[in-house]
Amino acid sequence: MSTATNMKPAATKKPGGLTGAAANYIDERTSASTLVKELGRKIFPDHWSFMLGEVALYSFVIILLSGSFLTFFFQASMAEVHYDGSYVPLKGVEMSVAMASSLDISFDVRGGLLMRQVHHWAALLFVASIGLHMLRIYFTGAFRKPRELNWVIGFVLFILAMAEGFTGYSLPDDLLSGNGLRIIDGMVKGIPVVGTWISFLLFGGEFPGTDIVGRLYSLHILLLPAIIVALIAIHLLFVVVHKHTQYPGAGHTNERVVGYPVLPVYAAKAGGFFFIVFGVVMLMASFFTINPIWNYGPYDPSPVSAGTQPDWYIGFADGALRLVPPGLEWVWFGHTWSFNILIPLTVIGIFIVTVLIYPFIEAWITGDKREHHVLDRPRNAPTRTAIGAAGVTFYAGLWAAASSDIIATHFKLTMEGVIHALQVIVILGPFIAFFITKRVCLALQKKDREIVLHGYESGRIVRLPGGEYIEVHQPVDEYERWKLVSYADYQPLELTPNAQGKVSPLQRVRAGLSRWFFEDRIAPVGTKELEESHGDHH
Amino acid sequence: MPRTKKPTNGRARRTGRRSPVASVALIAIGLLFTGGAYAMVSTSTATAQTETASQQTISEGEKLFAANCATCHGLSADGTGTGPSLIGVGAASVDFQVGTGRMPMQANGPQAIVKPVQFTEEQTAALVAYVASLAPGPALPEAEYLDAEGDAAAGAELFRINCAMCHNVAGAGGALTEGKYAPALEGVSPEHIYEAMVTGPQNMPVFNDMNISPEDKRDIITYLKYLDNNPSPGGFALGSLGPVSEGLFLWIFGLGAIVALTVWIAAKSN
Repeated sequence: MSTATNMKPAATKKPGGLTGAAANYIDERTSASTLVKELGRKIFPDHWSFMLGEVALYSFVIILLSGSFLTFFFQASMAEVHYDGSYVPLKGVEMSVAMASSLDISFDVRGGLLMRQVHHWAALLFVASIGLHMLRIYFTGAFRKPRELNWVIGFVLFILAMAEGFTGYSLPDDLLSGNGLRIIDGMVKGIPVVGTWISFLLFGGEFPGTDIVGRLYSLHILLLPAIIVALIAIHLLFVVVHKHTQYPGAGHTNERVVGYPVLPVYAAKAGGFFFIVFGVVMLMASFFTINPIWNYGPYDPSPVSAGTQPDWYIGFADGALRLVPPGLEWVWFGHTWSFNILIPLTVIGIFIVTVLIYPFIEAWITGDKREHHVLDRPRNAPTRTAIGAAGVTFYAGLWAAASSDIIATHFKLTMEGVIHALQVIVILGPFIAFFITKRVCLALQKKDREIVLHGYESGRIVRLPGGEYIEVHQPVDEYERWKLVSYADYQPLELTPNAQGKVSPLQRVRAGLSRWFFEDRIAPVGTKELEESHGDHH
Repeated sequence: MPRTKKPTNGRARRTGRRSPVASVALIAIGLLFTGGAYAMVSTSTATAQTETASQQTISEGEKLFAANCATCHGLSADGTGTGPSLIGVGAASVDFQVGTGRMPMQANGPQAIVKPVQFTEEQTAALVAYVASLAPGPALPEAEYLDAEGDAAAGAELFRINCAMCHNVAGAGGALTEGKYAPALEGVSPEHIYEAMVTGPQNMPVFNDMNISPEDKRDIITYLKYLDNNPSPGGFALGSLGPVSEGLFLWIFGLGAIVALTVWIAAKSN
């Protein structure tokens, strides 16, 4: 086959007018049609919870757009100036150029305050939607093979989003951001031996120095966004490669995705959805103040305002620091060991790493090597759901602790009472949440089983010719039944000796964990059982 | 300079030349005005003092005190086990505590809470006069410091350094230990702000005139009144509580709206 034989005379007139001609022009030079054909016919299942990741993507686009606007006016310098803008209660006050330019954006640049608020609200929404998206992925088991790596990428994106948020929060160099940086500085200095060195390296000398805003700015607008864009690309590529997961339902199998093709339905919906998200962010930014730097004033190491908190996504770390009991600090070998810093750092570190590698942990415990494209209903994986609930409780406890002072004033409680209650919640709460959630899941599974076998109670009492009263049960329809019975029944792993005929300790641990994972389970209704139940009166 | 040689020039020079009598007359007029103004001010203060300190008002205040305050503060205001001595707390303290409704205290608690004012202005003035008559203490603030016409920028800076750690940078209030709190400052009258600084009610430290001068106090009042009179440039302030209320708003209303919209979009058409 030679290229010459494939060449067609260029003069061939094609139908389709200008659009067709333009499309053909592009296709002949880029071979885009293969891509469009492949992507355009990609099927996406329709469920509201599948759109949470999209929300994150769209907020990121909004952040990029509004952020680019802000870079036109923001000056990342810590040189001292006297503010001379239009906000009266700061007139003549000495501040850094960064703060002064942020104030100018807010008061003297047309549309600047709106863009600042768009940027900040979209940033909060970005991290929040990632969080919610991640919870959806977790509780439906969408992280299982083949999507473990995509979970890891997504979680790294979550961490990077927090880093983006924190660096951005620190840029205006107002009192709030300076206090936030001081806490980070304290945490870094709390690391034994190297902490002080790292802190001096980071701040270019003793805190606060004159370098940090410029450095954070480079990270905020250059390095971190570049990594995030690259990871988002890979993340989405994986979604295309793996195909989208779907909830169990009639005809939904591992081999077949049920939903709408990207073109035209899904693309239209998704495109429209972008504008909806943009609209919501715009409304929030138009009507609600966020980060009023003019109230906080320029950074000065001496004042700390009441109600000084980080943005919500760093709250859990702030909360961890607030919950540590006082006095955990000793001098050993000529170094100060600040366990009041080290304990929260370690606990948070372990928590983050566990979430990061959770798909691999669960795969190892369950020994499940199959591919999964149909999601679990949370109740059908009781132990996983319970672990998730425990994790959420733990996180929520730390998160709430970051606002302990606001909780105390607004619910008329004592600060100490709030702190002690949250200490209990953070330590005992996960266990209670685990137990309750698991029992609720099992109960729901039992209910499902009951419904499949006997149908719904109709409330209609019928007297049979023999005099017997029965309640008529409405049989469940077939589509519904599919949803209720199609889930995998796992067995705990059994201890199997290896080639030497021995059972390794690791195997014992794994079998033990597997037993813990699967010992309480409700088996799905099988065909035989179902047929038998139909013989009943019900 | 030759260019400036104008007829007016010569006239100005002529009128500018004063005779020694004129200087004496000027000094005399100046002294007269200064002295007169001083006399006027001192007589007005004197009359104010005699007014507040009139024996009738004091005895009226004493009766009110015996009926409403003595249970805790003692019949001679020297304190009991349940309430501190009021000898020497001054007029400003009583005006603040009674004028904001904190006293008489409703119930024992971590601190006296603001509630509807219990006494009329005359009754409050009588109580103020009675307690002030017991011993010298911080007096009621001069009106010149309460006009909220000072330097808002200087006041804001003083407020951030001295007040914001308890009251929040925007005066939204904050938590203290053991159920105590620093109240929100929105809508508090200049008199009461000034009196609070001078007397240090509840858990508040005293900011005396050596610490923050009366002019500085005026600047602080100016800043707080600026906040009262100028709503947040960014829209609704969400209580000015900072990132907590922002985060809560985002999760409940922002993300709530988004999730509701996703449900709407993904809903099957009927």
